[in-house]
Amino acid sequence: MSDSEVAVHNPALRHHFAEVEQQRNASSLGMWLFLVTEVMFFGGMFCAYLVYRTAHFGDFAAASSTLDLKLGTINTAVLILSSLTVVMAVWAAQTGKQKALVMYLLLTIVLGLAFLGVKGVEYAEKFEKHHVPGPTFHFAGAIPGHPDHPADPRHAEMFFSLYFVMTGMHAVHMIIGIGLFAFLAFKASRGAYTPAYFTPIENAGLYWHFVDIIWIYLFPLLYLIDRHK
Amino acid sequence: MSEHISSPRLYVGIWLSLMVLTVVTVVAAQIDLGAFNTIVALTIASLKAVLVVLFFMHVKYAHERMIKPVIAAALFFLFLLLALSMADFATRLWI
Amino acid sequence: MATTAVTPERANYLNAEYGVKSWLLTVDHKRIALLYLLSVTLFFFLGGFFALLIRLELLTPAGDLMQADTYNKVFTMHGIIMVFFFLIPVVPAVLGNFLMPIMIGAKDLAFPRINLLSWYLYVIGGLLILHCMLTGGVDTGWTFYPPFSTSFSNTKVVEAGLAVFVSGFSSILTGLNFIVTVHRMRAPGMTWDRLPLFVWANYATSIVMILGTPVVAITIVLVALERTLHLGIFDPKLGGDPLLFQHLFWFYSHPAVYIMILPSMGVISELITCFSRKRVFGYKFVALSSVAIAVLGFLVWAHHMFVAGMSLYAGLIFSFLSFFVAVPSAIKVFNWTATLYKGSISFTTPMLYAFGFLGLFTMGGLTGLFLAALGVDVHVTDTYFIVAHFHYIMVGGVLMGYLGGMHFWWPKISGRMYPEFWGKLSALIVFLGFNLTFFPQFILGYMGMPRRYWQYPPEFQILNVLSTAGASVLAVGYLLPMIYFVWSMRYGKPAPDNPWNAAGLEWMTSSPPPTYNFDETPVVTWEAYNYEELNKKEEVPVER
Ligand SMILES: [Cu+2]
Repeated sequence: MSDSEVAVHNPALRHHFAEVEQQRNASSLGMWLFLVTEVMFFGGMFCAYLVYRTAHFGDFAAASSTLDLKLGTINTAVLILSSLTVVMAVWAAQTGKQKALVMYLLLTIVLGLAFLGVKGVEYAEKFEKHHVPGPTFHFAGAIPGHPDHPADPRHAEMFFSLYFVMTGMHAVHMIIGIGLFAFLAFKASRGAYTPAYFTPIENAGLYWHFVDIIWIYLFPLLYLIDRHK
Repeated sequence: MSEHISSPRLYVGIWLSLMVLTVVTVVAAQIDLGAFNTIVALTIASLKAVLVVLFFMHVKYAHERMIKPVIAAALFFLFLLLALSMADFATRLWI
Repeated sequence: MATTAVTPERANYLNAEYGVKSWLLTVDHKRIALLYLLSVTLFFFLGGFFALLIRLELLTPAGDLMQADTYNKVFTMHGIIMVFFFLIPVVPAVLGNFLMPIMIGAKDLAFPRINLLSWYLYVIGGLLILHCMLTGGVDTGWTFYPPFSTSFSNTKVVEAGLAVFVSGFSSILTGLNFIVTVHRMRAPGMTWDRLPLFVWANYATSIVMILGTPVVAITIVLVALERTLHLGIFDPKLGGDPLLFQHLFWFYSHPAVYIMILPSMGVISELITCFSRKRVFGYKFVALSSVAIAVLGFLVWAHHMFVAGMSLYAGLIFSFLSFFVAVPSAIKVFNWTATLYKGSISFTTPMLYAFGFLGLFTMGGLTGLFLAALGVDVHVTDTYFIVAHFHYIMVGGVLMGYLGGMHFWWPKISGRMYPEFWGKLSALIVFLGFNLTFFPQFILGYMGMPRRYWQYPPEFQILNVLSTAGASVLAVGYLLPMIYFVWSMRYGKPAPDNPWNAAGLEWMTSSPPPTYNFDETPVVTWEAYNYEELNKKEEVPVER
């Protein structure tokens, strides 16, 4: 490294950027572009969901009504609360409140784990009811609003396939996020982030909010199909 | 770096609205609105997403100009994926 | 141009540091480009080896060299390696990586460490596919169509899928890096309408990488889950639809053709302006046509599915839209031709490759129009007509652009000149070999020879022999440059900073460039391709 010109201003400014503003804009644009790829990644699954839900609406409604609405709603609330703690963590970083920053990050981790715990309970219930796709799958339910019209178990299995893929992929993203926050909390406790440099907190926050938004859509799409019948 | 810092009060307000919207969407799902049930559910979800994007993700006050075009592009291409795929599936049985 | 001014001792990115570690941990975009060059070349020759096996098998109508199972694995490996490990990364990750920051006057890409991560992901994906190949291979074709890939194939589909998945993230990160770089790292005065067309092309490519690749990634995950956990997303037994896979797959894989061809088009724009000594005709049209191709490329994917059982109405829509994407491509070809008009053209090696590109790409593009037409497509689907068509685009187009670019910028990359005579010879051999290989395949396909079979009726043999002969010629054409490039690194004439008297910031820094590209951040005050000015300044003969 020929570091002849050591940065005299902000120590966080990397050599190939001319100014801090440019570096911050670049990292924020980069993060948003990454979120675009995430949109398209989940987009593939939403596409599959859309296609099959239109084709097998009644069977999807029947399968959806077996999901635990109470647990789903609780989890939605937990995740939204975690978005609040994340944004408060960013705020704490912006205003230089280091202790608060660490605390909010830890709170977020706790809420994330709570979400995964509830999800685990829901998954366990699927195993008990044989609602997990595969050779042991069994489904007997009627199409909502048509009590004498049984739902096609093959299409119900398709619903649960999508349910597991979508919530599973969402959970994988949450696990990554929790790991990320654990790392950031550790670094933050050592004073790595100041109001002049907190890009990692900001970007991890963006990621977490994105994961939250995915759930905001998954919740009505999976749990709330034709609940009124 | 003149950067916008929102107040915690705003964040709590947004959080409260998100919670209210969650309750609304669960309640709305119990009422028979016919084909509108799906539309209402997705509208509420989108409303929540917009709140998160604008305030929690700071897009409203972002200093990076490209963020809004980038989001628009993502939504547009997601729409293309869904719409052009459905162009097949929705018309498969027409003859 | 005084070549004596070049002293080999001048500090540059090559002699800045030595040792394996200085390469494997580098964050210098130029060194990462060379890492890519090395790995991409390895995969090219591996993919080429499989191509040779295919052509040898098809020398005779009977299956004598291998049987059906082996043949399936061989063409699958050829496809996967050439598409995901060569054509997708080759121009952006090698030439783009090396040139983009220099062309816009930046010290590096926006995220140098992510750039290195991209290369490592590429290598991990590459090792996975090698492992898959050595432990049994995969026989689904590079397209992984279910239900064969999910329920019937007994080969290593999941591992091959994982390799593609990982290398896909390499490509995503490259695209992300390029877009941020173009937006945020341009030197003062380097406005959007002064960007070199190669930068525009890579920018458009990056858009496709970012929007398309994630979709194929999740699609492959779904196939893997269906294979391992018996989820039923594409399984007809559960009311699933294998065509959904094809939609999701081609949503990426049609635009992926533009990931391959757009950067090469960018190279061609640079070559044609330089060696006609003229400003490119219709700069704005050429620049924006790249973006138009990137966007329109997402509207046409289902032309791969016309006979797959898709809705007739969707077929009509996609056929109609497929014609549209020809418009921006045609704009480019017309503008290049207009640039040549009344230019003072010199037939250097890069320019020969550019002419080769024009011929082959036009052939590939025009036959693409045949295929966009629903009725004709029904006749030639899954025949060698298709094979010939996409090789004209993906090999004829992309490789001509890549090799042209490699010759053009080799003095900048290595600091040495390549031997011009051998360069011209190789360009000629590649062009002739290519046409001899693939033109007969158009006829074969039109006569009805289906693709992906290890045997064929004897009446197809003459054309197949011609094709195989062409492939051997082509192999010589590809080996030659590799040999003399390596030779030139030691024995080549030291290159001056601007051997072609070309416009563009990359020619204003030394050959090879210093680690941070420029001694001082350049300030751009001139338009792109100001050849009229350059010609006036110095009447430099591009001799040899
Ligand atoms: Cu295509």
